[in-house]
Amino acid sequence: MIAAVRARLASWWRVATLPVLAIVLALAIAAVIIVASSAFTGTGFFPLLPIYAYGNLFAGAFGSDIALNNTLVAAAPLMLGGLAIGLGFKAGLFNIGVAGQFLAGAFAAAVVGSSLATAPVPVAVAVSLVAGGLAGAALGAIPGFLKARTGAHEVVTTIMLNNATALLLAWAVTDLARAPGFTFPRTGDIGTSALPVLLGRNLHLGVPLAFAAVFLIRWLLDRTTLGFEIRAVGANPNAARYAGISPLRIVTLTMSLSGLLGGLAGAVQMLGVIGFYASGISASVGFDSIAVALLGRSDPIGILFAALLFGAFRAGAPLMQITTQVPIEIIDIIQALIILFLAAELIVRRVFRVRARPLEIEGATTVTRTWAEGSVRT
Amino acid sequence: MDVLFVPRLTVELAGYLIAVLPDLAPIILSLATPLALGALCGVLNERSGVVNIGIEGIMLTAAFTGYLTGFSLHATLGPAPAIAAGVIVAIVTGGLLGLLHAWLCVTVRADQIIAGTILNVGAIGLTAYFNRLIITPSGLGGAGVIAPLVFGLGPIALATVVLVAALQFLLFRSRWGLRTRAVGEHPKAADTVGIDVFRQRYQNVIAGCALAGLAGAYLTLESTGSFQNGMTGGRGFIALAAMIFGRWTPVGAFGGALLFGAFTALGVIVRVRPAGGELGDLLGAIPSFWYAALPYLVTVVILAGVVGRAIPPAADGIPYEKEARA
Repeated sequence: MIAAVRARLASWWRVATLPVLAIVLALAIAAVIIVASSAFTGTGFFPLLPIYAYGNLFAGAFGSDIALNNTLVAAAPLMLGGLAIGLGFKAGLFNIGVAGQFLAGAFAAAVVGSSLATAPVPVAVAVSLVAGGLAGAALGAIPGFLKARTGAHEVVTTIMLNNATALLLAWAVTDLARAPGFTFPRTGDIGTSALPVLLGRNLHLGVPLAFAAVFLIRWLLDRTTLGFEIRAVGANPNAARYAGISPLRIVTLTMSLSGLLGGLAGAVQMLGVIGFYASGISASVGFDSIAVALLGRSDPIGILFAALLFGAFRAGAPLMQITTQVPIEIIDIIQALIILFLAAELIVRRVFRVRARPLEIEGATTVTRTWAEGSVRT
Repeated sequence: MDVLFVPRLTVELAGYLIAVLPDLAPIILSLATPLALGALCGVLNERSGVVNIGIEGIMLTAAFTGYLTGFSLHATLGPAPAIAAGVIVAIVTGGLLGLLHAWLCVTVRADQIIAGTILNVGAIGLTAYFNRLIITPSGLGGAGVIAPLVFGLGPIALATVVLVAALQFLLFRSRWGLRTRAVGEHPKAADTVGIDVFRQRYQNVIAGCALAGLAGAYLTLESTGSFQNGMTGGRGFIALAAMIFGRWTPVGAFGGALLFGAFTALGVIVRVRPAGGELGDLLGAIPSFWYAALPYLVTVVILAGVVGRAIPPAADGIPYEKEARA
């Protein structure tokens, strides 16, 4: 019994060594940046600033029940967004379009939610969530189909659609969906479409939904034919075609599912936190999700933990900025450093003198290979 | 609405575009400049076999460091030397980020798309972090402390045209160009005849990224005279589309950049020089957000239409291993 537990722990540690050490190293380098830039904060040059900054970051994320709830609430859209990008990687696709799908999902949920503002809670919530998911799926399907059919690489097309989506939604909220009675263009109140609060002040239904999505995607990938086909296309699209799998179908379907998750992330954030759509709402979830998926090695359980970590960063950062004047953007820097140390794992190995298993993200090399090969021919 | 409405309107639109062309041309060239420089960065990288999707991040970082330099020096040195220093710092920033990208892609043999992602994510964080710490407290961030050099055709825009011609010549007519194409098409063969594949790739990636740095300098020091977070707005990715559109040649990429510049310029020109009659009513009725979204949507359409027939360098995106079997 104890031996079994120890074996299990040892196998987890083998998988987690490099990510954990990459996080430690990223925090250390970010600390150097904080010290170097401390002269520009109100306190002047201050070598101990990182300790105070990280202390407040930790307190803001875990220091109280409220802080803990904030962490979980911030982690929920990151789990969904991380799953969106991780699922894409499994099929050899890099969906950088989660930012746009997030906005589309948030907008659809806000519009449908406000029109159902007086409907019974279960109906209003379910329909609004589905609307958000479908909007994201529709936006994800376009670059998926284009890649499979024409070879237009999703790295460029999804970024273009992100920009176009933000602009077209800014127009839509000004000219189409503007609610009367407000001084600026925004959608109406969502009323009963708001996700019910389960615990404390703000821990809403989206949190358990996001956890459920993690296990659903894990099941999809490990236990279903579709999951097998997705991973086969990600491993080698040409081999998959010879095995009778249509890359056109799988690539389009995977991008739609990925977009669905991205749209759900937006819907959950809209119905659980923001409450109305206005031009300029933050789509930072879309970019945080990239780091979440890479840190989680696009494995659903890995994504769960990575999302909790970045949720904690996002929840704790405001307190850190207010009390220590270290800008919240240090979180983005930490994210980039973590991805850097995962990509250049030899640095981590040299610094910590470990011989851990090399990290591989299933399907990620196919993203680069299809860039160069032009198209996944169908 | 009569049957001749659409043909008549098309003729009117053509007439209008010809009439505004003298006004339109400098706007197109200035909008195309950062795209063209970014696309040249892509051409230099990918011709030597390295995929670089981090152009956006390099542009943004260089735009910031260039602006910061001009911003901190303009009081002591005067505007012109400060701007010159800013441009140099931006180019050096680009080169240094190129060094990082080359190290990741060539030496570490990391996944090249992920290496580019590191540049993009890091750029957003670093620039916004120091923007909040240094420029925002001065209250002068978006206001433009430094007057932009010239609106229209400044030195960077003109230099870009020269660079395009020079690189087109060098890539296809010089020893450097031949070596570049050799390591991008068949590194093993290049290695066999004594070309140092690693060195050639390092050189190309660093030089290309220095051009992306120049594009960043253009955005802050020549075009707007200010820095805003995320101001590159996807230009690094449009530049990649222009590169693909131009089939990995400098002149073709420049053509792609001009095309995307033209679609962006359309939204400007219909406000500045409105057309008359039915056409004017129609163009004026289209919301400005649609014009703003147009270049992005055109990029998607063109990419989908062109890419199937475009053939990238054969070794693009594949790290080279000396001892590996070819």
